[in-house]
Amino acid sequence: MVVRHDADASAALLEQVNHALNSSAALRIQGGNSKAFLGRKVEGDVLDTRAHRGIVSYDPTELVITARAGTPLAELAAVLDEAGQMLTCEPAQFDGAATLGGMVASGLSGPRRPWSGAVRDLVLGTRLITGMGKHLRFGGEVMKNVAGYDLSRLLAGSFGCLGVITEVSLKVLPKPRQCLSLRLEMDAALALQKLAEWGQQPIPLSAASHDGKALHLRLEGGEGSVAAARERLGGELLESAYWAGLREQRLSFFADPRPLWRLSVPSHTGVLALPGEQLIDWGGAQRWLKSDADAVLIRQAVAAVDGHATCFTAGHCDNPFHPLAAPLLRYHRQLKTQLDPQGIFNPGRMYAEV
Amino acid sequence: MSILYDERVDGVLPKVDKSALLAELREQLPDMDVLHTQEDLKPYECDGLSAYTTTPMLVVLPERIEQVERLLKLCYQRNVPVVARGAGTGLSGGALPLEQGILLVMARFKHIIEVNPEGRYARVQPGVRNLAISQAAAPYDLYYAPDPSSQIACSIGGNVAENAGGVHCLKYGLTVHNLLKVEILTVEGERMTLGSDALDSPGFDLLALFTGSEGMLGIITEVTVKLLPKPQVAKVLLASFDSVEKAGRAVGEIIAAGIIPGGLEMMDNLAIRAAEDFIHAGYPVDAEAILLCELDGVEADVHDECDRVKVVLIQAGATEVRLARDEAERVKFWAGRKNAFPAVGRLSPDYYCMDGTIPRRELPGVLKGISDLSEEFGLRVANVFHAGDGNMHPLILFDANQPGELDRAETLGGKILELCVKVGGSITGEHGVGREKINQMCSQFNSDELILFHAVKAAFDPSGLLNPGKNIPTLHRCAEFGSMHVHHGKLPFPELERF
Ligand SMILES: Cc1cc2nc3c(=O)[nH]c(=O)nc-3n(C[C@H](O)[C@H](O)[C@H](O)COP(=O)(O)OP(=O)(O)OC[C@H]3O[C@@H](n4cnc5c(N)ncnc54)[C@H](O)[C@@H]3O)c2cc1C
Ligand SMILES: Cc1cc2nc3c(=O)[nH]c(=O)nc-3n(C[C@H](O)[C@H](O)[C@H](O)COP(=O)(O)OP(=O)(O)OC[C@H]3O[C@@H](n4cnc5c(N)ncnc54)[C@H](O)[C@@H]3O)c2cc1C
Repeated sequence: MVVRHDADASAALLEQVNHALNSSAALRIQGGNSKAFLGRKVEGDVLDTRAHRGIVSYDPTELVITARAGTPLAELAAVLDEAGQMLTCEPAQFDGAATLGGMVASGLSGPRRPWSGAVRDLVLGTRLITGMGKHLRFGGEVMKNVAGYDLSRLLAGSFGCLGVITEVSLKVLPKPRQCLSLRLEMDAALALQKLAEWGQQPIPLSAASHDGKALHLRLEGGEGSVAAARERLGGELLESAYWAGLREQRLSFFADPRPLWRLSVPSHTGVLALPGEQLIDWGGAQRWLKSDADAVLIRQAVAAVDGHATCFTAGHCDNPFHPLAAPLLRYHRQLKTQLDPQGIFNPGRMYAEV
Repeated sequence: MSILYDERVDGVLPKVDKSALLAELREQLPDMDVLHTQEDLKPYECDGLSAYTTTPMLVVLPERIEQVERLLKLCYQRNVPVVARGAGTGLSGGALPLEQGILLVMARFKHIIEVNPEGRYARVQPGVRNLAISQAAAPYDLYYAPDPSSQIACSIGGNVAENAGGVHCLKYGLTVHNLLKVEILTVEGERMTLGSDALDSPGFDLLALFTGSEGMLGIITEVTVKLLPKPQVAKVLLASFDSVEKAGRAVGEIIAAGIIPGGLEMMDNLAIRAAEDFIHAGYPVDAEAILLCELDGVEADVHDECDRVKVVLIQAGATEVRLARDEAERVKFWAGRKNAFPAVGRLSPDYYCMDGTIPRRELPGVLKGISDLSEEFGLRVANVFHAGDGNMHPLILFDANQPGELDRAETLGGKILELCVKVGGSITGEHGVGREKINQMCSQFNSDELILFHAVKAAFDPSGLLNPGKNIPTLHRCAEFGSMHVHHGKLPFPELERF
């Protein structure tokens, strides 16, 4: 049985926001603070969401779970696990510290992302404390809902700059019946070529990563398809712990003392020639880079293939998030001004102007 | 309360001098087609919601993006409202024109710019038809997953603007889940890229925000969609039930068994009979409900899942379960479902298609509620249902030539949507709000939520020139709608003065 601590602290959160609005004081929204390293530094009073926690509703046959933002991801995962279901975006849990609100606000997804979608793809509805000091509801618990603008998905990856998320409804899915991992010795260039080829075929892949030495694959599906793919792909069996290590950034690659960069590129991009070490995830669409190279150089190389680069090492870079094109930045500012007119929510966390 | 634009409650529109505008367009954009005579404008007076018509002031049919850019700059300078239109198949009046505005038809942008099999994406112009993308990808054994029933006609630009769905959404997602990137022109005629060829892009997720925004935030000029490998096999089971409740419960049981079908559709007796009459799909006309369950993927898994689902269906009380013998029969089973709207259209001079969504567990109660309302209003209702994801399409049968029937049909439709909202659902799952459901938005959202929607609009289109009056009602409209429409014993928006 999962031990659960449920508490509705939304009234207190709303009061803290209204207080901040009255005194025009900035707030630094914080869940488990497992992502404190990511993004720009925010000056402001801490608004801690962790007292607002617990699962509000969960009906496995509806494939939807609704929980308060401060709920630890570990608790959510355990409850889903009991019903044979999962969050397909496979978020990192960071020793149990990471919260649901933090997961949605940072919008980062694990190894299954290219096949099952990102955090934002699972978000069906949210409750939000706004810059007008109101506690509102957008979206809901239904799979399809196109009434009004899709504010819930906009909040995914907004790093708390548009308001305080208090509750989230997510689509969940049954766990696959069969899961098996393989290791195939080959270099990165060949691995990327193979992945581009296999991507066009109905192979039940659910993760693909190259750690510099070998290609690691995870197969998920029914018994028949997984067995057939294993036969076809060859290689040796791999411990599934590799994927948790990748997700939680515990693989030895991440221990390298050089700054960590996340490069998001089109999946069929060839090997990126950059100083340092690289680890390929998301079937080629996400590359982790450990490098001392200059931020400008990294960003130029990645932008040249229509990608972008985020610095994951605290304090290393003045603008950890990839700079926006001029018109985009202007509309980001306008959106921020409209939704958070006093600029109290995590000012400057993503971009100095937002 | 009429849904046509009403300046009194929807806001005053800028006054535009038609002949001056026409002259200026001819001068600045001499090679762009502009329609201006009553006769030429007529075909554009409505979209798929044909009960409502408004003659646009002018219709423009650009063929190059530079023309759209130029046009938008001009309209911005001259304060002219612009309504975008794709193929005009929308069912909620999203592309309903304005007498005081330009209708910007994007249908001539039909070029498929690139199909990239290694990157598994296609880059297309906004007027490309949904089905044309899958056809262009077919040589690579790839396809574009979202498949609205209107896919032979509707445009990808319209799909993005409505976040269109189809019968395969539960497993493969809506339009929003299958996009990589869109190019847009802002109201000021400035180019902007949302999303990227990678799986995400820096900053806020404006791609998600724009998807389903009904032409209110910008004009879509190019779309990059994801392509998927075609499933090796697809099999369809047709299960008959002697009650809709049992069919509804069977849907939950399939999912509880850990199976996510490619498609899971339900039809009630009236819809079954209409479809059978029209398509001869081989449906059991005496069943109270049927479920169509498609399982797709790798051959070995599909066989296995068919067996599992069969057991579940029989345990759930199906009176008969049939597996389509071959591809021809599978296509036939689907043809019945995909033609359900026109089939029902043959039973009655007019029909009105609703689009509410509900949590699936509420299905029996909502169907009962619909049948009670149907009796109360004296109008037949056929039910077609994307059962897997809780999206209902009740079709209300009426005759617009009978005085008062359109009004009655609309009131009945509005009641059905309110019922959906009451059980935790939404007034629209895929057809959009447009003008059609503008009043029901007041039931689904409170005034603070509507204010936030207007704030989003103001961030991208402060002058309100893009598709005025659609999607988000003014608070005045809600106050007025609410005053004739008291529910739960109290007026919505009590804080607003009545007038
Ligand atoms: C070393 C490291 C590596 C990581 N790598 C990955 C990875 O590879 N894949 C992956 O999926 N995740 C990764 N993460 C992300 C992390 O696990 C999740 O994003 C986590 O859910 C963050 O939760 P938190 O509660 O700790 O958030 P916090 O760190 O507290 O907050 C994260 C951001 O969200 C905002 N925020 C938090 N709660 C709310 C709320 N309720 N409303 C509005 N804004 C809010 C904060 O202001 C902040 O901007 C990594 C984290 C760490 C520490
Ligand atoms: C028989 C039938 C069956 C249908 N079945 C389904 C179904 O299964 N699923 C479903 O989701 N829908 C369905 N629809 C509804 C309709 O086909 C979809 O909403 C479709 O996405 C509309 O595309 P369109 O090109 O016709 O757009 P239009 O009707 O021309 O426009 C729709 C909206 O998009 C905006 N728009 C169009 N192009 C652009 C652009 N380039 N830039 C900005 N805004 C733009 C318009 O302003 C308008 O608000 C059906 C319709 C019919 C008639």
